[in-house]
Amino acid sequence: MSVPNTLLGLLEREPSHGYDLKREYDSYFGRGRPLPFGQVYSTLARLARDKLVAPGEAEPGEGPDRKRYTITAAGRQELETWLANPIEPEPHLQSVLFAKVVLALILGRPAGRYIDAQRAAHLRRMRELRERRRRGGPLDALLADYAMFHLEADLRWIELTEARLATLKEALTR
Amino acid sequence: MSSTDVAQQHRAFVEARGLFRSFGRTPALRGADVAVDNGEILAVMGPSGSGKSTFLHCLAGIFKPDQGEVWFDGRRIDDLSEGARTQLRRRAFGFVFQFGQLVPELTSADNVALPLLLNRESRKKAYRQAGSWLERLGLGGLEGRRSGELSGGQAQRVALARALVVSPKVIFADEPTGSLDSLTGEQVMNLLVDSARAEGTTVVLVTHDARIAAFADREVVVRDGVVSDYSRAGTGR
Repeated sequence: MSVPNTLLGLLEREPSHGYDLKREYDSYFGRGRPLPFGQVYSTLARLARDKLVAPGEAEPGEGPDRKRYTITAAGRQELETWLANPIEPEPHLQSVLFAKVVLALILGRPAGRYIDAQRAAHLRRMRELRERRRRGGPLDALLADYAMFHLEADLRWIELTEARLATLKEALTR
Repeated sequence: MSSTDVAQQHRAFVEARGLFRSFGRTPALRGADVAVDNGEILAVMGPSGSGKSTFLHCLAGIFKPDQGEVWFDGRRIDDLSEGARTQLRRRAFGFVFQFGQLVPELTSADNVALPLLLNRESRKKAYRQAGSWLERLGLGGLEGRRSGELSGGQAQRVALARALVVSPKVIFADEPTGSLDSLTGEQVMNLLVDSARAEGTTVVLVTHDARIAAFADREVVVRDGVVSDYSRAGTGR
């Protein structure tokens, strides 16, 4: 999650104080991981330094910062660039699981058993996500689906690796 | 040892012990075991050709194992006669397969009422219960449609209603969403799981799809005709 760009996005809707931004961020994106106040204010300070947001005059009131922030034209451009550019697909070529399978095969250990244990762990996590999806609202479902599809991709890799174990072992111990 | 003592040794609701089954000279099961608790939803996973469907057919009394025992509710069922196993399947088990296997000449209501009619229920009661299950699974108004006039998801829900209408103790489902797209498959699984939970029905679900297996309480994996049970090993159950 890119916090600076996400805050820029929230500010494009309407100018806001740090406190309100944090509340909005948490309600949409927090999902059990609320944004610390310190990070909100330090991020806003960096965005202001880079002229992506403009702080208003300090307003009287409680708390450390009562400035209302407004997104600038440069901030809108930055946001548009971030939204429009696809994120880098992450193939995780050097995953821990890959290393475990290769090591197990090289060492003559039971790779199939490790794979079974991993599959069980993945499915347990998938069940937790399914429950979260069932109990939560549409935003929880969207987030849970994202995680579940990634788990599913891992599981497909696990199944394929399991099917190839004999061939892999032969190749690695030749 | 009395028959009661023997039954008490088999405390699981559905249990297989050391099942072997071959087709010609090709072994499908080579010592497969499983224990399923009452009300539990178990996923049976495994690659194509691993023996998982054969395993399900043996548990459900459709196939007789060449060797080993199958127990259901404290009673050994693999050594029952063909007739007795047929009766058991009709009264205590429900089945859902990949392609609903509805009778194409019959309407949705006829298909769902059929197991009750075979069990000699009155037509009135059979159709009342069929209508009730169709309604419950969101198929109200489609009672008169034949399977060719239903979408894949609707047909599979009719198949689910047909499995549930006899108030089975166990539902055996073999790739029940295999012919459906992801979203429709999830809807069918939600209905299957919610209905089973509401009725306290045990479910044995064969699937190769992890997303579908995640609907179950736990999973076992069939590989080369043998069952690995890492879900229990992993949770210390």
